Amino acid sequence: MPFRFEARPAPSRKVFWLSPLFAVALSSLVAMAIFALSGLAPVASLILFVTDPVSSLYGVGELLIKAAPLVLIAVGLAIGFRANVWNIGGEGQIIMGVIFSGALALHFGDSGSWLVLPGMVLLGILGGCLWAAIPALLRIHFRANEILTSLMLNYVAHFGLIFLVHGPWRDPAGFNFPQSKPLGEAALFPILIEGTRANISILFAPLAVVLAWLLLKRSFLGFQLQARGVSQNAAQYAGFRADRAILVGMLCGGAAAGLAGVAEIGGPLGQIYPTVTPGYGYAAIIVAFLGRLHPVGILFAGLLMALLYLSGDTAQMSLGLPPAIAGVIQATLLFFLLSTEVLVNYRIRRARELSAARAMA
Amino acid sequence: MSETLAIVLAAVVAGTPLLYAALGELITERAGILNLGVEGMMVIGAIAGFAAVYYSGNLWLGVLAAGASGGLLALAFGVLAISLRVNHVAAGLALTIFGISLGSYVGKPLVGQSLSLSEVQLSGGLTSLPLIGPLFREVHPLIWLSWLVFAGIWFFLARSRAGLVLRSVGESTASADALGYPVMRIQYLATVFGGVMAGVAGVFISVVYTSIWTEGIVAGRGWIAVALVIFATWRPGRCLVGAYLFGGMTMAELLGQVIGLGVPTELLSATPYLATVIVLVLISRKDSTMRLSVPASLGKSLDIKG
Amino acid sequence: MTHAAKEQPVPRWRLELVGISKTYGSVVANDGISLRVKPGEIHGLVGENGAGKSTLMKILYGMVRPDAGQIIWNDKETLIGSPSVAQRLGIGMILQHFALFDTLTAAENIALGLPGRPPLNDVIRRVKAVGEQYALPVDPMQHVYTMSVGERQRVEILRALMQSPRLLIMDEPTSVLTPQAVERLFDTLRIIAREGCSIVYISHKLGEVQRLCERATVIRRGRVVHTCETARESEASLARMMIGSEPPALREKPPSSPDAPHRVQIDNLSLQLDDPFSTPLKNISLSVREGEILGIAGIAGNGQQELFSVLSGEIPKPDAGTVRMDGQDLAGLSPLRRRSLGLCALPDDRMGRGAVGSMPLSWNLLLTNNRQSHVRHGFIRFRRLLASTEDCIDKFKVVAPGPEAKAASLSGGNLQKFLIGREVLQAPTVFVVSQPTWGVDVGAAAAIHQVLLDLSAAGCTVIVISEELDELFQLSDRLVVIASGTLTEPMERADFDRDAVGLAMAGKTPLATQAGQGQEMTDAVSV
Repeated sequence: MPFRFEARPAPSRKVFWLSPLFAVALSSLVAMAIFALSGLAPVASLILFVTDPVSSLYGVGELLIKAAPLVLIAVGLAIGFRANVWNIGGEGQIIMGVIFSGALALHFGDSGSWLVLPGMVLLGILGGCLWAAIPALLRIHFRANEILTSLMLNYVAHFGLIFLVHGPWRDPAGFNFPQSKPLGEAALFPILIEGTRANISILFAPLAVVLAWLLLKRSFLGFQLQARGVSQNAAQYAGFRADRAILVGMLCGGAAAGLAGVAEIGGPLGQIYPTVTPGYGYAAIIVAFLGRLHPVGILFAGLLMALLYLSGDTAQMSLGLPPAIAGVIQATLLFFLLSTEVLVNYRIRRARELSAARAMA
Repeated sequence: MSETLAIVLAAVVAGTPLLYAALGELITERAGILNLGVEGMMVIGAIAGFAAVYYSGNLWLGVLAAGASGGLLALAFGVLAISLRVNHVAAGLALTIFGISLGSYVGKPLVGQSLSLSEVQLSGGLTSLPLIGPLFREVHPLIWLSWLVFAGIWFFLARSRAGLVLRSVGESTASADALGYPVMRIQYLATVFGGVMAGVAGVFISVVYTSIWTEGIVAGRGWIAVALVIFATWRPGRCLVGAYLFGGMTMAELLGQVIGLGVPTELLSATPYLATVIVLVLISRKDSTMRLSVPASLGKSLDIKG
Repeated sequence: MTHAAKEQPVPRWRLELVGISKTYGSVVANDGISLRVKPGEIHGLVGENGAGKSTLMKILYGMVRPDAGQIIWNDKETLIGSPSVAQRLGIGMILQHFALFDTLTAAENIALGLPGRPPLNDVIRRVKAVGEQYALPVDPMQHVYTMSVGERQRVEILRALMQSPRLLIMDEPTSVLTPQAVERLFDTLRIIAREGCSIVYISHKLGEVQRLCERATVIRRGRVVHTCETARESEASLARMMIGSEPPALREKPPSSPDAPHRVQIDNLSLQLDDPFSTPLKNISLSVREGEILGIAGIAGNGQQELFSVLSGEIPKPDAGTVRMDGQDLAGLSPLRRRSLGLCALPDDRMGRGAVGSMPLSWNLLLTNNRQSHVRHGFIRFRRLLASTEDCIDKFKVVAPGPEAKAASLSGGNLQKFLIGREVLQAPTVFVVSQPTWGVDVGAAAAIHQVLLDLSAAGCTVIVISEELDELFQLSDRLVVIASGTLTEPMERADFDRDAVGLAMAGKTPLATQAGQGQEMTDAVSV
């Protein structure tokens, strides 16, 4: 290798703030390359790609309802990641939130009671927490790797939902499609912005950002979690309990994911489908990293990711590209961000020619 | 052939992609690199292989394409994790998501397409060989190959000098470096090998196992393979056993329907995943087993010297 | 040496370093260092921690490239680009932290270190032969993780010897040996030197350098201070060269009163972790008085880690027996709780356990000092925390840019002073510290020793676990030795006997052990 890394005496703040922008720039280049390969004008397509979705009020509303669950879940996951607790079970936890709150919604949605929505919120959080507690407990008591257990439970939850939607919850008037009957009024969140689909559940996201910030930056519990994330031995020496960190770390993600599930069915979907989570659990992981595990960073990263999702949809209509292109660009963005991270703590240096070492005789 | 043999064979077929992927990941992890991107690499391998076979009709071209694409993706991961010192978990997840997205994107035009291959084509031309041809009719060449790979890896780790060096890198990158071994190069090789294996696992699923391209065709088997490596305590022999056991379980759905159990199909579909959780719990319980088996520098980056 | 003699004329100097310099960022590790070693000479490289010895050694072994200077090997200028180049030249190195692989056998480890691909059976044969030749018995089929530290060192040395080196570099080899084992090592080294292999012996233990080495180069702050004939110097003169001034004298403290109440009581403690790399503790009993400094001597790997963790609370409960403080049973109490009761502890690995390198000093303070003053209603009181951190920096003369400096940016000695200060400022009634001056320069070490003495004079019970006998002899009121997880009976200060302690550390003890009379110590950690 013609160059090598040299450790910096102190992390570079300049790179820390610039690297996300750098990553965005590089990803834009990749996007333009994909457009060009597909026979489209690169720059014009890129501009269309990012501006088209939000060119109307309705579009902005779509952006918000897409970003809200991403930010919400990512904030919860990030707390765990900082404690070295890797909750990959977001998908499953969303589904459990849907199932728990959905049960309430389907039974009482037509009752007109104002208790339904708060009840759904509580049950959704409970469902997500319970599902996240399983990998947490398995790790605490049996040292089982939570990445794999939480991930496996995603599939289990998925099949559980399919079972419900094909069976007990199937809409009798739904032409045998696997979906529930539409939720009653009392189970739907009221619209926040007229003319869009944005409902009040989008406020959960900024609320989560604030709470997470308080936890991570100001509270002693947050300090304990992060100390454990950086050095398990130091945390043990300090007496910060491992099981508490694992539990809190997992449950933050679980609660957030469950809540996001409630917001989905009580919001834009209004119904329970098997595809109730279009990969939000995994996308939230990207958002968490893009936001550098910082609540405010996640807020921006979530908006960006949501924009890319919407762009993916419009790409199909306006550019003729498969919507999966959104996923490709999202992953590319993550790849570049991770790559440039190294420059925060290390400098690039030319490998010294050894003859230069003979300067002094 | 007898029913039991048919069931065993079916389990072997179902378990072969797991075996390929797990063996590849085993080598990678023995060098100290935790590559969680197996699922993504399998998807990429699956589509690359499928597309190659679809357009060329040649199995081996498909295998080549799959292996190469899996290896390439693993190389990208290697750059992140080895040279750029990115956290292995983050990089692996990025790889998974990237692989799945890219696979879905590239495979869009082929969704629902099936391969119309003759028996000879499907076996890569080997069934038409004199004498040994019939061997490949019952057991697909890629399965024979997987056994060959297994034997090779077993020998490599247990008996060869290169295998010893690999194990030492996974045990302590600092010590291996102090002894003068090219730690990074070894880790790159191990990582790319893992990617190639995952790619082959993918093409096995898309071409041999199903012969039709759909979304989500890999269905989490990459993750099961990662769990399998832990279950096998990083030993090839146990990987083999585990892969076939799990292969058997992925067939539980079909089996359940055949036997006519009154269990909802969804529960049967969930069996391999639940089983993975249980197996992980059982194997992780004993601290001493894990400590002696885990490659000690798994997931840690080599300290960069001036 | 076991190689076909490719005899060349004996060079005047085996090794010459001319003007070697190396800078890391703003730190000048080596500044124009020059030294020469004759063939067959045992040459000491002396300097305190942080003087630049390790950097120089890494340059010599090809792990680091110098910024400037020349290396002349056997009268020919060379570049050493990597450890394999060094090996080919004939330079062997015994690192302080062994480059060994725990789960492999001794033979496999040695085979990995040998160039070419010798068949394993060959290696096994040679290990036995060479081991006999140099009085370094090693079982080639034994797995390294079951070996004592001394045995591991023998594997390291054998590996180096089997490559027929012409120069052997040894980095602080005796920190893991008993006094008796040190003598045996010296015998081996003299055999090696007589055969024409030069030895560069890096150490900060001046007495050893005097005894073993013919000449020595003294380094201070990256520069060569003096190259001398050890016969003409005394320990004191070497110390003065090494530090640059008179070593600081310690204020004596009054001996602790034998009537003082017993603060810490350990009764019949036994512990067996599920970890194959750990040492079980067997039937340990100990009683420590108020105002006393109890020293626990022993070579690494004999149960010190486990004993420390049982006291600190990282292992909250032993398998059998009790740990009591002021009569209260500490079982099940976390380190947090124990601190609030007055028991503070500082482990030997300060980077990564006692402190977190990437966190600022203020957060490191919060790690253990997180009671009322710094945390209220679950929220951190940042202003108070910063003030306390600055206070600690001042009181203990820590050289640091400020309370927000990252712990990793401090030198070893300064960080250790800060950490000791962190614990002392919590006014503990019991303070347990492991390897208090490991990797610390002489000035800081003296300051730390003074702090410990003052602490015990003020009535605190201090338990010091250390591998450095000098340190323990200087500080302790009473001394016990830990070997294979058992303790000897305590020795009073008046009876301190280096040889007896040395034997006890090796497990061959005439001292009564608590394992009871007549109990075999067959699994004693031999050296």
